[in-house]
Amino acid sequence: MSSYESVIGLEVHAQLSTDSKIFALSAAHSGAEANTLCDPVTLGLPGALPVLNRRVVDYAIKIGLALECEINRESVFERKHYFYPDLPKGYQISQYEHPICSNGRLAVRMGEELRTIGITRIHLEEDAGKSTHSETEPVSYADLNRAGVPLVEIVSEPDLRTPAEAAAYMRQLRQIVRYLDICDGNMEDGSLRCDANISLRPYGQEEFGTKVEIKNLNSFRFVERAIEHEIQRQTLMLEQGEKVIQETRLWDEQKSATKPMRSKEYAEDYRYFPDPDLPTVVVDPVWIDKARSSLPELPEQVFSRFKTMYALDDYYAERLSEEKLIARFYDQAVSEHNNPTALANWITTELYGRMNREGVNIEECPVSPQNLAMLVRLIDEGVISGKIAKSVFDEMFSTSASPDSIIEAKGLRQVSDPEVLNNVIRGVLEQNPQQVAQFREGKEKMLGFFVGQVMRETQGKANPEMVNEILRKLLSEDA
Amino acid sequence: MSKLVSLSLVEMREGLLRGDFSALELCDAHIERIEATNAALNSFITISSESARAAAAAADKRIAEEKDRSPMLCGIPYSAKDMLVSEGIETTCGSKMLSGFISPYNCTVLERLEENGAVLLGKNNMDEFAMGSSSERSSYGAVRNPWDLDRVPGGSSGGSAVAVSSGQSPFSLGTDTGGSIRQPAAFTGAVGLKPTYGRVSRYGAVAYASSFDQIGPLGRSVEDVASVLQAIAGKDELDATSMDVPVDSYLESIERMADEGLAGLKIGVPREYFSFSVDEEIDANLKGQIAALENLGAELVDISLPHTEHALASYYVLVLAEASSNLARYDGVRFGHRAESVSSLEEMYCRTRAEGFGTEVKRRIMMGSYVLSAGYFDAYYVKAQQVRTLVISDFKAAFANDCDVILAPVSPTPAFGIGEKTASSLEMYLTDIFTVPVNLAGLPAISIPSGLTKSGLPIGVQLIGSAFQEGQILGVAKALEQSNTFANNEKTQQAF
Repeated sequence: MSSYESVIGLEVHAQLSTDSKIFALSAAHSGAEANTLCDPVTLGLPGALPVLNRRVVDYAIKIGLALECEINRESVFERKHYFYPDLPKGYQISQYEHPICSNGRLAVRMGEELRTIGITRIHLEEDAGKSTHSETEPVSYADLNRAGVPLVEIVSEPDLRTPAEAAAYMRQLRQIVRYLDICDGNMEDGSLRCDANISLRPYGQEEFGTKVEIKNLNSFRFVERAIEHEIQRQTLMLEQGEKVIQETRLWDEQKSATKPMRSKEYAEDYRYFPDPDLPTVVVDPVWIDKARSSLPELPEQVFSRFKTMYALDDYYAERLSEEKLIARFYDQAVSEHNNPTALANWITTELYGRMNREGVNIEECPVSPQNLAMLVRLIDEGVISGKIAKSVFDEMFSTSASPDSIIEAKGLRQVSDPEVLNNVIRGVLEQNPQQVAQFREGKEKMLGFFVGQVMRETQGKANPEMVNEILRKLLSEDA
Repeated sequence: MSKLVSLSLVEMREGLLRGDFSALELCDAHIERIEATNAALNSFITISSESARAAAAAADKRIAEEKDRSPMLCGIPYSAKDMLVSEGIETTCGSKMLSGFISPYNCTVLERLEENGAVLLGKNNMDEFAMGSSSERSSYGAVRNPWDLDRVPGGSSGGSAVAVSSGQSPFSLGTDTGGSIRQPAAFTGAVGLKPTYGRVSRYGAVAYASSFDQIGPLGRSVEDVASVLQAIAGKDELDATSMDVPVDSYLESIERMADEGLAGLKIGVPREYFSFSVDEEIDANLKGQIAALENLGAELVDISLPHTEHALASYYVLVLAEASSNLARYDGVRFGHRAESVSSLEEMYCRTRAEGFGTEVKRRIMMGSYVLSAGYFDAYYVKAQQVRTLVISDFKAAFANDCDVILAPVSPTPAFGIGEKTASSLEMYLTDIFTVPVNLAGLPAISIPSGLTKSGLPIGVQLIGSAFQEGQILGVAKALEQSNTFANNEKTQQAF
């Protein structure tokens, strides 16, 4: 065990899913042909001026409220200067001294434990474009479609202590922005990405060690692995009596290592100053109240409610509160048929299993909550067996049909009529005198053979409990 | 020379409505005038004859259809400082950096004038990126003052002022960051109005110093300038700093003041303005203006703007800081000049900017970058902002307690000789002393001709109003204009 404590802070960038850009009218979506979502403002043409998209402020207030931040009455856009071909104006418009939100917190669930991670600030900024560099020619290309797409940067306090905690924090943030419908949370496309600051200090020491920043981590796995690796690297350095240098590093997935990007000594001077084109953003209490009343139930609240209202255990409550639409699906299903545990089980096993295999999400799911509830009800009422139910479910998923129509069409209704079952069983016993004799000689396991035969005769529809009961009765009677 | 090039806007309007001449004839007369005089004056960088004639023909059609329901400026030619981007017509901003640049969109004010049926004749020469007070620092050569070709016309809207005062254009749009409309107006005997910051949209005006820049009209009379302001003023959704304040009827304000006189009006004269060294003839002229205003019934009051002495330093720190940022976009990547045969990105940036920008522009970018850089920001930028706040409160207090309008010189000297001040940037900066406080405070101010020096050079006087009180300063300016027996056009037009 290392004698150093790791101190981790994350800066998470989330692309806001507004229709248009933060300061321009061009569409903000991804996937368009290069340089088609451009206009004079996005291109930084002479004379063009930014105008703030109010929806962006709305989204920032929502995430601020969800993270229990103070929403600042006044916030200021500043210019951050550097030259790069995918940065059209030679500066990025961002918030610096006066961000829109500050002093929040997020309770991160680590197994049984809740860890409260401080949120230093949330600020708004514009994204840059995308550069691609040809590998064969000395040419680079800039695509400015992404330039001006709104971002929030969520900066945590250095409260995280382990790579697992960092990943859990990031997962929970993703869950929240998706619940709020302000970011699609797609990490592969870079809609959600993070920079991690890591430093070590001897246990018990209050003062922070020298921090290293790892830029642009765009998956939970990378967050965890990069931090893990960086802690090892710094531990080794400190143990060998070396000094950690303050620098920015990049995670190289192929080599499973971080590599230096630039050293802070050569850090650029961004020459921040308030953007004179943009008036101070003023958020009055009315605006905040309006945003607050439009907030959905958040994942943590859903988790607690599922536990108390439906008596679910942590596992089910967590899995069912992962996504807003799953939680809504579950709520609807339970309201149709009050068997929360059975429904939780069906959703987290059969439904998730099939959705994963087919690569569909809950929005595209062909099984409605009403139909899933009906299926469980039919089991509970003894109309079909659990086993038949699985094949009915498969059919429901493939055809979107309701379980009762599938059962009707395929004649899958469970046979529970004692007279019918009596006749079938008698027939089976008569056809298999040898096996009957063996049973009577004490071969108890022949019972399974008879059940199987009865099921074959009834295409699996016989009520298994009743079959067992009648079999035992008939076998003992005739003795 | 055609008589058509010396008419007022009202005379043009009446002539067009009566059918005395067509918009096309009016347009052609001005193009002819420009072509005859531009070689000597160098006031136009681009002459857009073809599109102008097409616009004039369209205006004729509109006047025929709509008659007096057509807009006031329908069919009236004008020119614009080459800082206002024009769709389809080259916009250079006086710089090699933008040589050949054609904007895919129109500046809001040009758009508004186009909707009014006004006819754009071309684009006026200027100091590169508006950085200058003499219109000598243009990549397209110095502009000459029609009153004396060896003298500067002032700047940076020198081309606009010359176009107006020499009959090339009935009015022109300029921009004023620290006096760039008012000072050239004074040097050339024109009227120049710098509106309140936020009164006119800046969308499409190439940015120099965003919290100072304001577009405004230059013309040959107060009335003409008022008509143009009427057409371009008002909130623009594309400029977040344009203000949603109702636009007064400026011609009515002028008439009302002409009827009612200036009785009861308090005009402040800031005592600090007399502590600067001012040309004797300018000083005498100002005293004459004070007497004239008193004769018109106004009460002249002594006022104090105690932070005036720090205004110039604060102004240059802030303006250059903003400029260094605004000019970062000229990197050779998307438009404008790009250095050839470069071997790295950094070399492309460095050479593009070294080749594309002139000396003064580079000087200002360097100074601006310096005041924003880590370790200097608080000492320069923050301090200058504090001074700006003090200058603003000086004006607020004066307007709240002492006066309605402030009277001041425009420039400490009349037009100076070409090359006289280019050696020393500081000396050039000092010529802005009476104009920059207005921009720091975002107030409206107008410069009108107030006399001639013994050697026959125009002198201007400045009236400063409180925010959005353009109507009031236009009214006082009109009254003063009527009392001044100074007519500039004959003299300048004799020279040409």
